[in-house]
Amino acid sequence: MSAVPAAPPPVSAEAGQGLLFVPPRARPAWRLIPARVVAMCVVELQKLRHDRTELYTRAIQPALWLVIFGETFNRLNVIPTGGIPYRDYLAPGIIAQSTMFIAIFYGIHIIWERDSGVLTKLLVTPTPRAALVTGKAFAAGVKAMVQALVVLVIAALLGVTLTWQPLRLVGMLAVVVLGSAFFSCLSMTIAGIARTRDRLLGIGQAITMPLFFASNALYPTASMPSWLQVISAINPLSYEVSALRGLLLGTPTNLPLDFAVLVVAAALGIAAASALLGRLAR
Amino acid sequence: MTDDNTPPGQTPAALTCTGLTYAFGDGAKAVDGLDLSVASGEVFGLLGPNGAGKTTAIRCVTTLLPVPAGMVRVFGHDVAADRMGVRRLLSYVPQQLSADSSLTGRENVSLFARVFDVPRKERAGRVAEALEAVGLTEAADRMAGTYSGGMVRRLELAQALVSSPRLLILDEPTIGLDPIARTSVWEHIMAVRAASGMTVLVTTHYMDEAEQYCDRVALMHKGRIRALDTPHRLTDDLRERRGDGSSPTLEDVFRDVAGSGLDEEGGEFRDVRRTRRTAARVG
Ligand SMILES: Nc1ncnc2c1ncn2[C@@H]1O[C@H](COP(=O)(O)OP(=O)(O)O)[C@@H](O)[C@H]1O
Ligand SMILES: [Mg+2]
Repeated sequence: MSAVPAAPPPVSAEAGQGLLFVPPRARPAWRLIPARVVAMCVVELQKLRHDRTELYTRAIQPALWLVIFGETFNRLNVIPTGGIPYRDYLAPGIIAQSTMFIAIFYGIHIIWERDSGVLTKLLVTPTPRAALVTGKAFAAGVKAMVQALVVLVIAALLGVTLTWQPLRLVGMLAVVVLGSAFFSCLSMTIAGIARTRDRLLGIGQAITMPLFFASNALYPTASMPSWLQVISAINPLSYEVSALRGLLLGTPTNLPLDFAVLVVAAALGIAAASALLGRLAR
Repeated sequence: MTDDNTPPGQTPAALTCTGLTYAFGDGAKAVDGLDLSVASGEVFGLLGPNGAGKTTAIRCVTTLLPVPAGMVRVFGHDVAADRMGVRRLLSYVPQQLSADSSLTGRENVSLFARVFDVPRKERAGRVAEALEAVGLTEAADRMAGTYSGGMVRRLELAQALVSSPRLLILDEPTIGLDPIARTSVWEHIMAVRAASGMTVLVTTHYMDEAEQYCDRVALMHKGRIRALDTPHRLTDDLRERRGDGSSPTLEDVFRDVAGSGLDEEGGEFRDVRRTRRTAARVG
């Protein structure tokens, strides 16, 4: 780092420790949450930069869904999509699905961090529980944003005609971050209750598929049996898919409602996960 | 909010525990009426076999486990009433290896600079100094996953130092390390302490280390403190009591105060297993 000195410095190693003698000043409380969100997102980006294999392996599943499922149902032409080719209709659903999977399994990552002591140590820093959870939720969002862009590119390569309007793409990223914040907090909440990795893995697998099928990701709500329609209506994933379709394909949707549902869901998720996070440390 | 027992004009003790008691869900008291006071600038050792309650006591001090008001104070701040204030004063290195193996050494330290609100313009400098203080400047940009056990411990020390703690808490910092790495970890701890004057609370079950490096030690067994003094005075006392000209070690003192049953009951199976697991991860 520093230039090589002409002669070895006569002073001891401690002479360089000027900065370490003064403790950092506390930040005003209102700046804690944004500061921690930045810290957690930076870590997530650093990890992505070091190891990109996850980026590639996570691209396989959505590609298969679009190629096999999308192509087959494109031909069968049995799903009423309102005149859109089925593969186009499916693409936003797959963006939502694949980012949800990443977020749900983020809770496992939290348990791993607990077991390895990383989380324990973060819990002893001047970071309120809510700030830590919000930070982790947005860090999961960073992962999801990258995934959404990857799926977008795959879809484009497969000939899906999605929008490339910058404002709509920003909207897509915002939707994906909010959705991931909710699902990662759901997962952290379950982690706080289940407390072990195996149990969480089981619960995670048990809930992701129902969440996926009880949403409009694969087919419009109107073609579901009525009991499933009720579940779909309270499933935040449906609002995420709806918003993504509206933004990327221009299908009719109530964007303010979609955003409102996602914001409220994320806020509730953060509150629940913050309340249970302390349990993980015990 | 300073310590009530502090005479005027004197700095409050770094740590006071008054009747600290903690029971887990099963009702058994892991820590049972712990009374101790660690003076500012002291290196204080909490010693005891596996399962003695050292980690639990430390987790109470670090705000990880909830304790009632009045039981634990850090530089006069009550842990129950002022968690954030207490967390700003201390750094904690847990028993497990807690560096993130998928980040570089520098990124690991940088994270802790961020979460302790080090201003941006100071961050790089502080991180570099902390890494230098533990002798990891060369290895700073390698992934922590490639570090040896001793290097990970020193990295954790750098993570702890970057926030300039007034109280450094280390839980079994040398567990599972080979003798050379153990000495190196201790030498870095002692050098930093000499330079900064910070207080160090350390747990260990290696009595020889405690004898060598700690100003005072508390011998803990089954949640209680059985003896508390300088290692020198504890061994001297036992020699006088024995009066047979032998020179007892701290380990002998421990056997003396813990009474019989130490070998049979010192640590249940799960404690041993947990310690072994840590040792395996470190080694
Ligand atoms: N999370 C836990 N739940 C229940 N009992 C625990 C837990 N952690 C520790 N204990 C029990 O508390 C006692 C003290 O453990 P600990 O503080 O880890 O001891 P030490 O650190 O001295 O080895 C042991 O009997 C241990 O089994
Ligand atoms: Mg322990």
